Order: sequence, then C-alpha cells, then structure tokens
Amino acid sequence: MEENNNKELFTVTVFSENRVGLLNQISIIFTRRKLNIESLSVSPSSIKGVHKFTITAYADETTIAKLVQQVEKRIDVLKSFYYRDDEIVYQEVALYKVPTAELLNEKNLEAIIRHHNARILEITNEYTVIEKTGHDDETTALFEELKRFDIRQFVRSGRVAVTKSPEEYVTMYIEERARRKEEVERCLNAE
Amino acid sequence: MSEIITGAEALIRSLIAEGVDTIFGYPGGAIIPVFDRLYDYRQQLRHILVRHEQGATHAAQGYARVSGRTGVVIVTSGPAATNVITGLSDAMMDSTPLVVITGQVGSELLGSDAFQETDVIGITQPVTKWSYQIRNVEDLRWAVARAFYIASTGRPGPVVLDFAKNAQVATMEWKGYKKCHFVRTYEPNPDINIADVETVAQMINQAERPLIISGHGVEISGGEKELLNLAEKAQIPVVTTLLGMSTIDSGAKLFKGLVGMHGNVAANVAICRCDLLIAIGMRFDDRVTGDPGHFANQAKIVHIDIDSSEFGKIIKPDATIHGDARKVLALLAGCVAPAQHDEWLADFDRAWQVENEKVIAPELNSTRRITMGIVARHVAEAAGKGAVLVTDVGQNQMMSARYFKYTAPRSIITSGGLGTMGFGLPAAIGAKIGAPERTVCFFTGDGGLQMTVEELGVILQYGIDVKIILLNNNFLGMVRQWQDLFYDRRFSETQLVNPNFVMLANSYGIAAEDVETLDKLDAAIDRMLAHKGAYLLNVNIDPEELVYPMIPAGAPISTILLNKDEKYEN
Ligand SMILES: Cc1ncc(C[n+]2csc(CCOP(=O)(O)OP(=O)(O)O)c2C)c(N)n1
Repeated sequence: MEENNNKELFTVTVFSENRVGLLNQISIIFTRRKLNIESLSVSPSSIKGVHKFTITAYADETTIAKLVQQVEKRIDVLKSFYYRDDEIVYQEVALYKVPTAELLNEKNLEAIIRHHNARILEITNEYTVIEKTGHDDETTALFEELKRFDIRQFVRSGRVAVTKSPEEYVTMYIEERARRKEEVERCLNAE
Repeated sequence: MSEIITGAEALIRSLIAEGVDTIFGYPGGAIIPVFDRLYDYRQQLRHILVRHEQGATHAAQGYARVSGRTGVVIVTSGPAATNVITGLSDAMMDSTPLVVITGQVGSELLGSDAFQETDVIGITQPVTKWSYQIRNVEDLRWAVARAFYIASTGRPGPVVLDFAKNAQVATMEWKGYKKCHFVRTYEPNPDINIADVETVAQMINQAERPLIISGHGVEISGGEKELLNLAEKAQIPVVTTLLGMSTIDSGAKLFKGLVGMHGNVAANVAICRCDLLIAIGMRFDDRVTGDPGHFANQAKIVHIDIDSSEFGKIIKPDATIHGDARKVLALLAGCVAPAQHDEWLADFDRAWQVENEKVIAPELNSTRRITMGIVARHVAEAAGKGAVLVTDVGQNQMMSARYFKYTAPRSIITSGGLGTMGFGLPAAIGAKIGAPERTVCFFTGDGGLQMTVEELGVILQYGIDVKIILLNNNFLGMVRQWQDLFYDRRFSETQLVNPNFVMLANSYGIAAEDVETLDKLDAAIDRMLAHKGAYLLNVNIDPEELVYPMIPAGAPISTILLNKDEKYEN
C-alpha cells in the first residue's frame, strides 16, 4: 500500500467532446501515474454537446498539474483543470438502506434525520432508504450513526463540483475556438 | 456529380484525395473488401506487401521520417491489429505521422468475441495520438480526413482507424472529399507569443555561454536553415539529440556533438557548463538527461516545443516558447543581437581532444580488427553527400549514429524513444521507397536483423535498393556490454548461434558477402555501393568491442566513462 504522505485531495475536471472511449483514455492517464481515482462522475455540462468528468484523487500538486496537461493533450478533450477544495463548491450524495424494523425501535430517529439534514426517500415494511447530500465527512458521520441499525446497503456518489471563479473558462475557450475556426475558413477561402 | 459507392471504395478515394501514393499492408478476412477495391486503383496507389504487419508499420515510419509525409498502413483485424502495436508505440514515442487502418469484424458482432475480433481501440488508445472506430459508412470521410489532419499536424503521431466490415461493404453517396483543417479540441499550430520570444532573445543576448540542443522537432518542422541562422548570428554552439543529428551538418563549425548516454563528451560537458540551455523540439528523455536532478543545474533553461505538455514534464524550464520550431527559430534569429562567444566555443576543445585521443582515435585507427566505428565512417565517406542512415537498436545503432556523417536534413532514421529491435530493416525499406534518389545505408546487429528478417522478402519482391551493413558480433551486443560492465561478465542469454547470413540474403536474391578482415573492408564497401540493388555486408565484429563514451543509466551526465579504466575528469 502506498502512503498518502505529501498528498492532498484534488478535484480534476475534464471537458470533452461526447465521444465513445474517452473515459478509458482519461483513466489510463491516471493509471500510468499510479494515481488511484477516489471518485468519478460523468455528466453533460452546461454547454451543449460537451461532457464533464469530475474526478478526485490524492496526489501532490506537481503530479496533478502534469496529469492535467496529459489529459488535455488527448485530442477529444477540450480543457482540463484541477482544484483544491477551497476553490470549488462540491457535493456528494449518499444512500443508506436500513431495515425498517430496526428504525421503528429508535426514539431519536427524527432527531438523527434532522441533525444530519438527511431525508427519507422510501419506506416499506422491510426497508427504509435514507438520503444524505453533503461532503464526504458528513455522509460518513451519518453512516457511523446509522451503523447500529444494521445498514444493509450504502453507496456514495462521485463528487460533483462547480468552481467559485467568476470566469467561465470553458465557455471562453469554446468561443475562442469558434473564432479560430472562422479564421481558418477565411484563410482557406482566400487560397 | 454524385455516385453510390461502398465504404471500401470511399476509403481508397479518400486516401488518393489525401495525396497518398504508397500503402504498406497485408490483407485478411476483415479487410478484403478494401483490398478488392485497391485492385482497381493499382496505378494510383502503390501497395507494398510486407511479410509481417509490424514490418508494415516500421516501413511506413521509415517512409514518413525520410519524406515528412504521412505513412499509411492497411491490415486486417485480430492478430494483424495486435501485430501493429509495436510500430504504433514506436511512432508515438518518436512523433511519426502514421495512419493505420485495421479491419474489424462487422459492428453487429462487436463485443461477441467473434473470429479475429480484438478490442483495437482499447488496446491502441494509450499508444496513439487518436483512434476511432468507423462503424457507419457515413462517418468514413470525416474520420479519414480527421485522421490525416491529426497524424500530420502539430506534434505528429500515429492514428488508428478501426474499420468495421459492415461499413466497408455498405454503400454511400460519394460527393467528393473534403480535407480537415480544424478540430475544435485541438490546436496544432499555436500562435507564437512574441513576448516569450523577446524574453528568450534577451536571455540569449545576456548569456555568456549559451548552448542549443536541437531535437527531432527541428527536423519535423523543417527548421534546419533557421537553426543555423540563429546559431551563426549569435555564435551559439549546437549539440543534438540522437533524432536531431541531421538537423545540422556534421561538418558545421558550430556543431559540437551528440548528447546523451553515448553522446560526445564535449556535448555532455557543455550541458554542465553552459549558462543558458536552449532546448528545441526535444523532450529530455532519460537517455539524454541521465539523473535529471543533476542536469544543467547551473544554467537557465529555455524549452521550445510544439507540445506544451512537455514543459516541465522532466526538467523545469525558466522560459518557454510554445510553437513550431522552425517559426520560433526564425523569430528568434530576427530578435537576437549578433554576438561572439570565442572563449566559450574554445571551451569545447579540451573535451573533444580527450574524446579524440581516448575514444575516437583508438576506434578509427585500429589496424588489427574491424571496429564498428571504422565501418560506419568508411561507409559514410564512400556513400557521400545525402546518404540516409537507418539503424536498428543496440551497439550498431550507437556506433553508426556516432561515426556516420550527416550532410542533409532527414538523414538519420532510428528508433529513439522505444528502442525497438527489428525497426531497422523495414524502416530502411520504407525510407528507400520514400526517397528513391537517396542512398540508404542500414546498419544492424545480428540480433535485431533477425527480429524482422522476413522483410527481406519485400526487397526481393519489389527490388528495393537498400545497403545492409550487418555488424555481426554473434551476440546481443548492447546487453552483453551491460553484462560486461555492470554484471560481472555473466553473459546470461546473449550469445547467438547465427545462420549463414550471406546464404540467407542470396536466397532472397540479394547480393552479399562476408567481410572477415580489415584489409578487405573498403573494397567490399565500394562493391556494395556500386552494386545496383540491395546488398548485404556481413561484417565480422569483435564481441568485446564496447560503445564509449558511456554515461551509466541514471547517473549524472558528468559521470562519463571513456573506457573500462578511465572516467572523464573536468
Ligand atoms: C524488441 C526488443 N527486445 C529487446 C531489446 C533489448 N535490447 C536492446 S539492445 C539489445 C541487443 C541487440 O543486439 P544486436 O541486434 O545483435 O545488436 P548489437 O548491440 O550487437 O549491435 C537488446 C536485446 C530491445 N531493445 N528491443
């Protein structure tokens, strides 16, 4: 096992064309540098046709900076960035499936749910599904609390994040590329 | 005028529209429709039938590197596709433009472990610049145009098109071909930041001991003239990487040698003594830097490259210029002030003297045995101006590269980044096809030649005039050298029992002779060069001969071994 000394958690975002096989290309770059992906989520971005990958990994800054350069070098990748936690607003969702019978004996259930700002998604005779949105430490705290109810299933989503920066770099980049395209076409027509 | 044609036919027409004249390939079930259409275009497209798909990729590399054009390969699926992996990796490492088209089973069968199905995209992604599976005939022209654009522009590299059989036989409306000139996510020709150029020009003007390392990027961009202009104007000495050796005439006054593990002493010493290192179109491979922690620590470092992801990857630069090497060199030459660095230029003399005395003279003045250095130097001199050196990998590579003479651009074709044994023979064939007017001198070892020796069949079938100089020591010489120096002369699995190479060559219709003694060498070289057609010289080399100077792997580049007993002392 490798130690996480000198390493901190970075959030890497990747904006790409919506093309088959990109996840593979990106994950290979992590693997080659022996970086373990802690969490991953993929979704459309606010820009039509552009996909966004949000990946977290422990690394030192030099490694992550080089990784981002290598990711950006892949042909179908538009832009890639890395952030520390204070540069982004981020969330994760966790789901906890607990036997309903166990919960019914709990007098403080309401307090727990309130205290953790969680909510109940579904209740059946057999099980109850609780949802908690928050940071890693928060979803873990609820997990610890619910442990005594015999959690049957637990899952936490990959991190999703948006930047705090007022500049929308990807949008600016896409606009710049559109101008470049016009320029290239103008040159071709002139020839 | 529009017509209805198959995907296979559309591929052929697209290749012709891209200006392709030569294809290296090998047919098979999943690509037969393409080969069938090729039959009708034999006049426009020359197909070279190799003997192994690895050979096709290396031949295409040789063709591409000698000509600057994109090398094209067409092979079938499955085992053929896995056979091209070595060539793709090699082309990726050495920035060589290739478009490799692999057949693939029909899309309805994909993912079913169908006969000769391989996950080509999955396997090739890490070793290609781009790879794309054409499942739909409507994608074909778009994908081909993009493939050529991506392979040949920016920092060139290999591209794979995995062409599903259903798309080969499906029909489409042909409305002509449109080349690709723009990809939104990819900028191969970045605008050069003039402020960066001015900063670097200032650094050059202020430097007392500036040094240029010229790499493959200078060759790829065609920047040889601009390099010389800059160097001459500011009197900057030039050293080169292995792949950059022919970016400057070996006889140029400012040329000061090859850097790296088996480079010239003066070139490596200069890296440790310069105050400004200007690295152009090179990527600080560990065979160049040795221990990167001890690389040019005393100097300011300028890194110029088309691939910005190289900046700081190994060596942290003080300044960078992102752009095409030729353009940057031209701009720099315009900006720098004329200068003299007489003292600095004289600084190289001592190290050159030592290398001449301790390494080069003993190598070239041998009167007893044939040395690799003598063979390389005598071939270079006899072949004259404009000859192309193609090498395999090992001692033969380092010795021929060191002792050959480069008089024209694009004159050294060797596997640098991947160090692929077996690269040489097919690459030499491709180089001759790409530059038929040039003499192609191919140096190889007895190990490496046998890795792709089947390609002698291509020489036979197409009458390719390649001069093969086999430096035969009956050993895997370079590995033996490491065993000799670092493993107590325990020669584990490096001895080869070899065939009769002359008979082998003869059986392929190739003229050949053994050269056993030094007094027979020059006449044999003359016969080889005078001969019309391919020729093989099987030269008897002493297995004890070692390549020097040598910087042990991972050592600081100031640790230079001159022979078994002596280190260079500064
Ligand atoms: C495909 C491949 N396998 C193994 C090696 C490791 N290797 C590097 S040099 C060398 C020896 C080459 O021997 P030979 O071809 O006889 O050339 P020589 O060094 O004797 O000139 C070997 C085995 C390699 N570079 N490539």
